[in-house]
Amino acid sequence: MKSLAGLALRSLWNRRDTAALTVFSIAVSVALLLGVLHLRDDARASFANTLSGADLVVGSRSSPVNLLLYSVFRIGDATNPVSMAIVDKVARHPDVAWVVPISLGDSHRGYRVLGTVPAYFEHWRYGHGKALAFTAGAPFADLYDAVLGAEVAQRLGYRTGDTLVLAHGVGEVSFANHDDKPFRVAGVLARTGTPVDRTVHIGLQGLAAMHVDWTSGAHAPPAERVSADDARHADLTPTRVTAFVVGMKARSAVFLMQRALNEYASEPLTAVIPGVALTQLWQLLGVAEGALLAIACCVVAAGLLGMLTAILTSLNERRREMAILRSVGARPRDVFMLLWLESCLLASAGAAGGILLMYAALIASRPLLLQRMGVAMELGAPTTYDLALLAAVIGTSLLIGAWPAVRAYRRALADGLSIRL
Amino acid sequence: MPSSAAIDLTSVRYAWTAGPPVLDIARFTVASGERVFLEGPSGSGKSTLLGIIAGVLAANAGQVRVLGTDLATLTPAGRDAFRADQVGVIFQLFNLLPYLSVLDNVLLPLRFSAAKRARLTDPRSEALRLLTTLGLAAPELLDRSVAALSIGQQQRVAAARALLGQPALIIADEPTSSLDWDARAAFLELLMRECRAAGSTLLFVSHDRSLASLFDRGVSLASLNRASAP
Repeated sequence: MKSLAGLALRSLWNRRDTAALTVFSIAVSVALLLGVLHLRDDARASFANTLSGADLVVGSRSSPVNLLLYSVFRIGDATNPVSMAIVDKVARHPDVAWVVPISLGDSHRGYRVLGTVPAYFEHWRYGHGKALAFTAGAPFADLYDAVLGAEVAQRLGYRTGDTLVLAHGVGEVSFANHDDKPFRVAGVLARTGTPVDRTVHIGLQGLAAMHVDWTSGAHAPPAERVSADDARHADLTPTRVTAFVVGMKARSAVFLMQRALNEYASEPLTAVIPGVALTQLWQLLGVAEGALLAIACCVVAAGLLGMLTAILTSLNERRREMAILRSVGARPRDVFMLLWLESCLLASAGAAGGILLMYAALIASRPLLLQRMGVAMELGAPTTYDLALLAAVIGTSLLIGAWPAVRAYRRALADGLSIRL
Repeated sequence: MPSSAAIDLTSVRYAWTAGPPVLDIARFTVASGERVFLEGPSGSGKSTLLGIIAGVLAANAGQVRVLGTDLATLTPAGRDAFRADQVGVIFQLFNLLPYLSVLDNVLLPLRFSAAKRARLTDPRSEALRLLTTLGLAAPELLDRSVAALSIGQQQRVAAARALLGQPALIIADEPTSSLDWDARAAFLELLMRECRAAGSTLLFVSHDRSLASLFDRGVSLASLNRASAP
């Protein structure tokens, strides 16, 4: 003796081709909706975790968001460099605890090269104040030492002691390499889930040594080139950097310092508080996020309407089935429930399939998202919000499913034991 | 008419929509345990009459008493429960759910009738007994989809389903029209025997007048239904 749910299941199995397509379309739409939300949340978390403990990020005059993107997230390029003079001046300020200058512009097999100072490894924090840690080696000590982010080392198979040649510019493939001044891997950082993982760190002097015989982006003619050893004796004091990160002794001084830097007359600067700039970034992305979410919701609606269409179109050919059920004692409300349960089963299967599909897509796209966008996608269990969304999808399907159920109910009343087509 | 009449219709009228009635019967009775042959051409209102007697359709006017119960006094849900508990129906064709097995089709009415469930101590054994009686005892048949059966086998499954739970009234709507002569004779014999054994009243509808002699009484719907009169 079958329960109504059992009958609904068997009836669906009898129409498994259409049912499978309906479930698949719902699953795709649910996966898209959940995927968009996961991507949004993980992107935000990933961005928010990238830099911690820094009070100001300072670069040449540009928008705060742009400054944050190129200096912290290694996305895009700086418009202009800032002078080392201002870096030193800020570092000497009595309210400033530390300053870490960073210089970008070169790359290694698609990964950004960041010139900095050893203090970077002490002060650069991520997550909730977690310090950078080494899985092997130590910060650069020699001029040609490099410290690799975890992903660079893992994907390119580098270990401490290996040598690597850096490329001029930031293209994935470069025809201008600094092959006359190879670097040695001095250390490998532990994974952070931030752009640090995808960065090759070298000293500012090392960066200067690499470019000692370069002018306006071009290597000097062979006769005028400076060897790696000779470069050690050149004046490698950096004069310009891309940006610098500032840690204040007291939070109360942050706004004063920010204002002073933004109004600095000798050099056009932009100083941003990372958290504030991030908020601006979210506001900027909010419209796109909203649009993406609206599209995802529309796709879910389309999936559910597809289910409605499939059930409605099957109603006519199933009138005899309803008449048979009525003849054996099924009440119109049983007919209603049967159709309603079908909607519920289709939507539930679609929702469950959507979760699986989303995780499959996450697993497949995770490395690419991490490498291309720096977004570390989490593969945790569905959140309460996810489950609430799934419940909303199933709830909506029940509302939508009531329509064919009511039609079947009315037809069951009108048809009686025979079918009047 | 004694109150023991299984079916008692008085001044019953029914119209599908606004317009002339398709059914207008002054009086029609079937005694309890009686096996009645009701004949009429296609479109004469046979299925409508069966729908009214089964309580699926409500008459626009008149009184319909089935097994002593005035169906007009029952709510729609009450009529459904009454049908589930008291009536077994056999259709002409396609009267089984193709997505259920032979056994599940036979047991289907119990899903909707507590009374039928209560009358059976072991529904599965009773279903097997009926199927055995109807020549469908092979174990490999029980779990087979009914769509894989011959028309004759399907009709016998339908008969077993209608007879399960010993309903007081069996309604058969042209159940033999798709059977050949041999299968038809065997089917009718089994149907009669089971009805006799259960004491069920049988209302058998067909346009094949040659079958009338097998029943206690034959009735022409044309003579009953004033709406079909020229």
